[in-house]
Amino acid sequence: MSEVSYVRTEMLPEREPPATTIGVIGWMRENLFSGWFNTALTIVSLTFVVMLLNAILPWIFSPTWYATSLGECRDILRGMGREGHYPGACWGVIRDRWVQLLFGFYPSELYWRPIMAFLLLGVALAPVLFSDRVPRKLLWFSAVYPFLFPWLLWGGPIWGPLMVIAGFVIGWFVYRAADKRAGGLAGIIAGVLAAVIWWLLVSGYVIDGVSAVLPIGIEAVQSRNFGGFMLSVTIGVVAIACSLPIGVVLALGRQSDLLIVKALCVGFIEFIRGVPLITLLFVASTLLNIFMPPGTNFDIILRVIIMATLFASAYMAEVIRGGLAALPQGQYEGADSLGLDYWQAQRLVIMPQALKISIPGIVSTFIGLFKDTTLVSIIGLLDPLGLSNSIRADAAWNGIVWEIYGFIALLFFAFCFAMSRYSMYLERKLNTGHH
Amino acid sequence: MSELAMGREVDRSKMTVSDEVAVEITNMNKWFGTFHVLRDINLTVQRGERIVIAGPSGSGKSTLIRCINALEEHQQGRIVVDGTVLSSDLKNIDKIRSEVGMVFQHFNLFPHLTILENCTLAPIWVRKTPKREAEETAMHFLEKVKIPEQADKYPGQLSGGQQQRVAIARSLCMRPRIMLFDEPTSALDPEMIKEVLDTMIQLAEEGMTMLCVTHEMGFARQVANRVIFMDQGQIVEQNEPEEFFNNPQSERTKLFLSQILGH
Repeated sequence: MSEVSYVRTEMLPEREPPATTIGVIGWMRENLFSGWFNTALTIVSLTFVVMLLNAILPWIFSPTWYATSLGECRDILRGMGREGHYPGACWGVIRDRWVQLLFGFYPSELYWRPIMAFLLLGVALAPVLFSDRVPRKLLWFSAVYPFLFPWLLWGGPIWGPLMVIAGFVIGWFVYRAADKRAGGLAGIIAGVLAAVIWWLLVSGYVIDGVSAVLPIGIEAVQSRNFGGFMLSVTIGVVAIACSLPIGVVLALGRQSDLLIVKALCVGFIEFIRGVPLITLLFVASTLLNIFMPPGTNFDIILRVIIMATLFASAYMAEVIRGGLAALPQGQYEGADSLGLDYWQAQRLVIMPQALKISIPGIVSTFIGLFKDTTLVSIIGLLDPLGLSNSIRADAAWNGIVWEIYGFIALLFFAFCFAMSRYSMYLERKLNTGHH
Repeated sequence: MSELAMGREVDRSKMTVSDEVAVEITNMNKWFGTFHVLRDINLTVQRGERIVIAGPSGSGKSTLIRCINALEEHQQGRIVVDGTVLSSDLKNIDKIRSEVGMVFQHFNLFPHLTILENCTLAPIWVRKTPKREAEETAMHFLEKVKIPEQADKYPGQLSGGQQQRVAIARSLCMRPRIMLFDEPTSALDPEMIKEVLDTMIQLAEEGMTMLCVTHEMGFARQVANRVIFMDQGQIVEQNEPEEFFNNPQSERTKLFLSQILGH
């Protein structure tokens, strides 16, 4: 037998890893105290955290919930022997004004309507967000909800939302009829045209006529009474819901072989991305009226929603384009070789994967858009930031800063954090292994 | 090369070539920009033929079979597939693609769908087959490629050889009359080449019309009834496998064969 010859006669059994590498001790060794430099860093940062909490916590725990003015807050704190520049928070302002920060000047006897609208929003989103846990039948409610939502918030005769739905139905039937005679694209154009004509020219008279006969409806609320966090969520939710599909279309358009479609999409994306949102909002609030026929009253919140949607969809298009670019060419070829046509390939093969890749970017855009809704305070809408100014203008609360901003920040954080966690859940759910 | 891959005798009873023409390519030319990739290609494939296309890399062999289902557009000449002239009309292209199956080097399975969904996607959406029926067909072909137990897994959970067999099953679910193979074993570990070749041999035994771009000369010897050698975008030599390997005519072919069989 030669020197290199070796034959294993029995296989080795599996053994436990060493105790110092698993469990709490293992984790701490690995993450906090691996080497003298990391140990030093751990101690320094722990000290920093403790000092920070030491400074903030006493400020937060301040028994001023029932104070009715800033002066009273100071008296309470002085009575406890706490003095100085920031002796403690004055939470009375939140108790006094939290309802206003949530609803603005919405009539208080009608608060049930926005509350209902947002509760139902949850119901409508459930089958979309958690498709594997919620019965699919609920999707019907999701489809109706976009018409229910504005009606609950703005009120008015029930015929308004019904006529909008009628527009879609009319468009659908015209599309079906034209599609048979003239084919795909002509059918789509005819359908869209019919719906638009219905909405802009006809539906107004129909609503007036039917309302005169059957005045069914709920009390109307003017846009200028909207405000607070409700306004932010309204703008945010609508703009988020609309910007994703528009973004998908723009991203596909940008990749299109059709020169004019491509040029339009690129032009739109580059223009919108090149302009600050605040400019677009100013255009919405002032300039747009100049171009409108005199006497038209185009709702200010609607204008802002449109601008925010356009702004977000341009970013969305680029995020999705990134996802499309990350897909290997083989996926397109695989779909093509099976005989799927362009739209089938996009819908069944390309988009599900491209959107999955883009989830982090899409959600970042959503979160950015939601926070950008605070910019509407600059054009005079009373979102939470706009309201904070008027609250501070009140003699009782003049001088308060951190408490209101902290409260607003907390509201926004809750929403944004929820979106962020949902996106991580979704990524885990859609993960189907490598490749 | 894996001539070892053939572990059994090939059953030739159904490997019959009929007079019917499956694919006819006449005077076809193709350019990538200014680069002339395919030059004056003339090729007639009878139904039931098993053709292996060999040649050095960059010789245009993949491009040639990709032209047959219009994954690449040709600029001159005429391609007739199954009686349909290939034009730039999209409906016409989709029709041809649904009749011609294709298997790729990198499988190109859809990673977000299960194996079963990969196989039923095109039958359901292109052929409008009811879901249940499409699933039965899919299971039939998954059994044929010997992986029915993987039906509910995702492609990322399968080995390369298994993925390629799924890709073959996925194509077969559309009941194609012609199958194109674009280097189906080139991305596989040596251990997995055999299982894919076995599936392809099985397909040939059932009389499928096949065009295979491959470097598996063992497969060519045993299964093909014609070997085509391409170089610089042209068909340099074609012959029956026995003659092609034992008695190559052109210098270029001799050099190529000595390089791939020489060790």
